[in-house]
Amino acid sequence: MFYPIRNFFVVLKTVTKGNGYYYAWIACLATLMIIGAVSYLKQLDQGLIITAMRDQVSWGFYISNFTFIVGIAAAAVLLVVPAYIYNFKPIKEIVLFSELLAVAAITMCIMFVVVDMGRVDRLLHVLPLIGTMNFPSSLLAWDIIVLNGYLALNLFISFYALYQMAHNREYSLQIIKPLIILSIPWAISIHTVTAFLFNGLSARPFWNASILAPRFLASAFCSGPAIMMIIFQVIRKVSKIEIDNKAIFKIAELVAYAMGINLFLLAAEFFKEFYSGSVHLAPMEYLYFGLHGHTTLVPWMWTAMIFNITAFILFISPATRENFLTLNLACVLICIGVYIEKGMGLSVPGFVPSTLGEIYEYSPTLIEKLVSLGIWSTGALVFTLLVKFAMPVYTGEVRFYSKHGAVR
Amino acid sequence: MIRPARQPLTVLLYLATALVVLRGTGTATEELPTFFVPPPPFSEGIFPCSECHADMEVNQKPRELTEHTEIAKSFKHSPQQRWCFDCHNPDNRDVLRLANGDLVTFEESYKLCGQCHGTIYRDWKAGVHGKRTGEWNGKKLYRLCVQCHNPHNPRFKAIAPMPPPDTPLLIHNQKHSGGSIRKNPLGKIE
Amino acid sequence: MNANNTDDKLEKTFTRRGFIKGTAASAAVLAIPVGSTDASVWQSFFQNNFHEMSPEELQDTIHNLAKKYREKYQADFTIKTNGPRPDTLFGYGLDLSRCIGCRRCVYACVRENNQSRDPQIHWISVLQLKKGEKGVSDLENANMYYAPDEVPEDGYFYMPVQCQQCENPPCVKVCPAKATWKEKDGIVVIDYNWCIGCRFCMAACPYGARHFNWGEPRIPKEELVTETHYLGNRPRYRGVVEKCTFCIQRVRDTPGRYPACVEVCPVGARKFGNLLDPKSEIRYCLEHKRVFRLKEELNTSPKFFYFFAT
Repeated sequence: MFYPIRNFFVVLKTVTKGNGYYYAWIACLATLMIIGAVSYLKQLDQGLIITAMRDQVSWGFYISNFTFIVGIAAAAVLLVVPAYIYNFKPIKEIVLFSELLAVAAITMCIMFVVVDMGRVDRLLHVLPLIGTMNFPSSLLAWDIIVLNGYLALNLFISFYALYQMAHNREYSLQIIKPLIILSIPWAISIHTVTAFLFNGLSARPFWNASILAPRFLASAFCSGPAIMMIIFQVIRKVSKIEIDNKAIFKIAELVAYAMGINLFLLAAEFFKEFYSGSVHLAPMEYLYFGLHGHTTLVPWMWTAMIFNITAFILFISPATRENFLTLNLACVLICIGVYIEKGMGLSVPGFVPSTLGEIYEYSPTLIEKLVSLGIWSTGALVFTLLVKFAMPVYTGEVRFYSKHGAVR
Repeated sequence: MIRPARQPLTVLLYLATALVVLRGTGTATEELPTFFVPPPPFSEGIFPCSECHADMEVNQKPRELTEHTEIAKSFKHSPQQRWCFDCHNPDNRDVLRLANGDLVTFEESYKLCGQCHGTIYRDWKAGVHGKRTGEWNGKKLYRLCVQCHNPHNPRFKAIAPMPPPDTPLLIHNQKHSGGSIRKNPLGKIE
Repeated sequence: MNANNTDDKLEKTFTRRGFIKGTAASAAVLAIPVGSTDASVWQSFFQNNFHEMSPEELQDTIHNLAKKYREKYQADFTIKTNGPRPDTLFGYGLDLSRCIGCRRCVYACVRENNQSRDPQIHWISVLQLKKGEKGVSDLENANMYYAPDEVPEDGYFYMPVQCQQCENPPCVKVCPAKATWKEKDGIVVIDYNWCIGCRFCMAACPYGARHFNWGEPRIPKEELVTETHYLGNRPRYRGVVEKCTFCIQRVRDTPGRYPACVEVCPVGARKFGNLLDPKSEIRYCLEHKRVFRLKEELNTSPKFFYFFAT
C-alpha cells in the first residue's frame, strides 16, 4: 500500500516539474480552461439560448468540434496498423503517444457532448440499467458505447504499457496485442458510428449520402496523424526520445493517401450534386457558392479546399514531405482544412436549408467559442500531463518504486 | 315590432308551413347531422318576414330593390343568373323555396344551398366541409351554411393574418430583459 | 503478474481515470441545482421514464409535479395521465384548397398547449408557397414569415405544418434515452421529465416539427391552461424538446374533444378523427379526396394527410 502512494507522488513530481516553457504552457491552458468553465457556468445559468443554435440549426459549434475530434481519436489507428500489422519498427516505438492522444481526444469528445446537452442533470437517463438506453435503435447509444469503450481500451493499453515500463518490465504482448488489434476495428467503428449518426437521418439529404462514412474516415486519417507529426517533433525536442525521421515520413505518406482519397470523395460529392442538379444540391451550393444571397460559409469552404489541396501536394511529393518546413506547414494546413470541412462545413449545411426550406445562417456566439476553447485547452492539458509523464518513463529517467527498491 | 292583431295569424301560418315542409321534403332517406348549433343568424328584428310582407304586393320582376338595400347593393351570389326569388318564396317570406317548388324553413336552409352546391353538401353531411367543433366521437357540432357564408355575398373576405413567428435571431434570452411577456393575439380561451 | 502489482495498477489507473472522468461528471453534478426549475431536485432526479413507472410511482410523480407547478405558476394544475383508447388511431386532414394562412391555428395551439411566448415557440408553422411553381416538393421557396395586411394573397397558397405523427417516426428511432415514443393511438409523445435535450430528434425530423426550449419558457399567468396531460400540454422546462401532440389532453377525454387547431380554423380546413372508424371524417377524406403526405418518399408514414376538397 505504501508504494502506490510513493508512486503517485512520483507521477505528481514528473508532471509538475518542468522548465519555463512548460509552466507558461500550463498557465496558458489553465487560463483558457478557467475562462471556458466560467462561460459554461453562464450557459448553465441562462440556457442554450445564449448560443446561436436555434430550432432551424439545432446542432452547431459544439457538435462540429465533437465530430472533428472523434476523427483525431480514430487516427491513432493509422499508427497502430503499420506498427503492429506491418511491424514497421520506427512507428512501433511511438504508438503509445498516439494512444495517449486518443485518450485526450475522447475526453474532449465527451466534454463537447456534455456542454451541448439541454439537460445535463439527466445524463444518467441514457445509460443502460440506470436509465433507458435506446440500444440498438439509436446511433447515439452506439456512440456512447463505442466512445467510452475506445477510451477504456486506450487507457488500459497505454497505462498498462507505461506501468510496466515504469517498473522496468516488459509489457506482456499476450495481454496487449489482442487489445491493440481490437483497437483497429474499434477505432474505425468510433468514426463510422459518428458518421452513421448523421448518415442515418433521411430528413437531412446532405448527410444522408453513403459517402459520408468513407469521407469521415478519410479526413480523420488526415487530421489526427498531422497533429501527431507535430507532436512527435515537439517530443523529440523536449525529451531524449529518439523518433526516427522514417516514422514521421511514413506517417506523412499515409496521410497523403488519406487526403487523396478525401479529395477524390469530395470531387465525387461535387459531381453528384452539381451534375444531377436536384433540389438536394442546395446545401452544397450554400457551402461553396452561397444560397439566395447567404454566403457566410463560402470563403471558409474555399479556404479549406485550397488548404487541403496544397497540403495534399506537399505530402504526396517526397521532396516536400521530407523537408520539415514544408511538412509542418502541410500539417497545419491540413488540420485547419479538415477542421473547417468536417466541423462547420458538415454540421451546419445539414440544416441549411431547413426541412421547411428556411435558411438560418448560424455563426457561433462568443460563449460557444470560449467554452470550446476551454474544452480544447482541457484536452491539451490532459495530453500534456500524460505525455509529460510518459516521456521520461519511456526514456528510463523515471521509474516507480516497488518492493524491490527504486529502479533506475 | 309585431302588431297585436296579426300575431296569432302569423304564428298559425308559420306552423302550417312548417308542417308542410316537414312532411313533404322528399329527402327522408338521407342521413342528416344530428347536432346543430343555434338557429339561423337573422339580423335583429327581421324575422318573421311575413310581418311586413304578408300585406305587400308580390312583384316577381327582377329589378333593383329599393328596400333591403344593404343586401341588394352587396349582392354577389351569381348576380347575373340569380336574384331574390330563386331562393326566397314569394308567397311566404318566412320560408325558402327549392327548385322543385318544395318549401323549407330557414333552419333547413342547407337543403337549398345543397341544390346547386351538391358536392359541398355531400361533404358537409359527412362532416368534412366546414368548421368543426365539439367532440370527435360524440356531439359534433354542425353549422348551417349561412353561419359562415353570407348567403347574399358568400365568398369569404380576406382577413388580417395573425403575426408571423419570430425569426431565429429574434429569439433571445428574455431572462434579464424584464418587461411583460407578450400576449396571445387570440386572447384567452373562453 | 503477482497480485500486488495488479492492485497497484488498478489504483494508479483509478486515480488518473477518475481525474479525467471527473471533469465530465462534475459538469453534470454542477447542473443539478443550477438553472433547474425543479424544487424537489432529488425526486425528479430519481424519477423513472414514464414507460417504466408503476401506477403508484405515477401517482407520486403527478402529485409532486402538481406541487411544483403550483409553486412556480401559483395555479392549480390537473395533470391527466389517461392512456390511449382502444381501437383508436388518430388521423388528421388538412384541406389545402381552403387554408387562407390566417395563423389562428398557430395561436390557438399556443394558447391551449401552454407554449412559451418569450422566447417564442410555435408548434404549427404555416408555409406560404407560390401557386404554379414547384408546389410542395421543393420547400426552398416556402416562406413562413409572411405578414401581409390581408390573407389569402393572390398567387399563393398556404400549408400549415406540424408534427405529422408518423407511423414510422424517425425521431423515436434516434432518441438515445427513449424519451419519445409512439403511443398505441398513434400519437408520438415526449416525457418532458426524461428528455436530456440532445436534440438528435430535431435533426431527425423531416418536418421541422420538434421545437426546443432554448431558454426558460415564459407564459403570462392569466393565459395558463391548467387542465393538462402529462404527455401533452403541461408546462415544459428549459432544455427539453416539445411538439404537437394532437391535443392529447382533449382527444383522449371521454367523450373526446377536437384539437384546438381544428376548432379555431375559421374556414374549416382542418379535419380530425379516428382512422380505424370507417365512418369518421378523416376516413371520408381519405376515400373521397385527392390526398397526399409530405415527403412521402422518406417512408415515415405520417398520419397527417393533406388534401384538396375541391
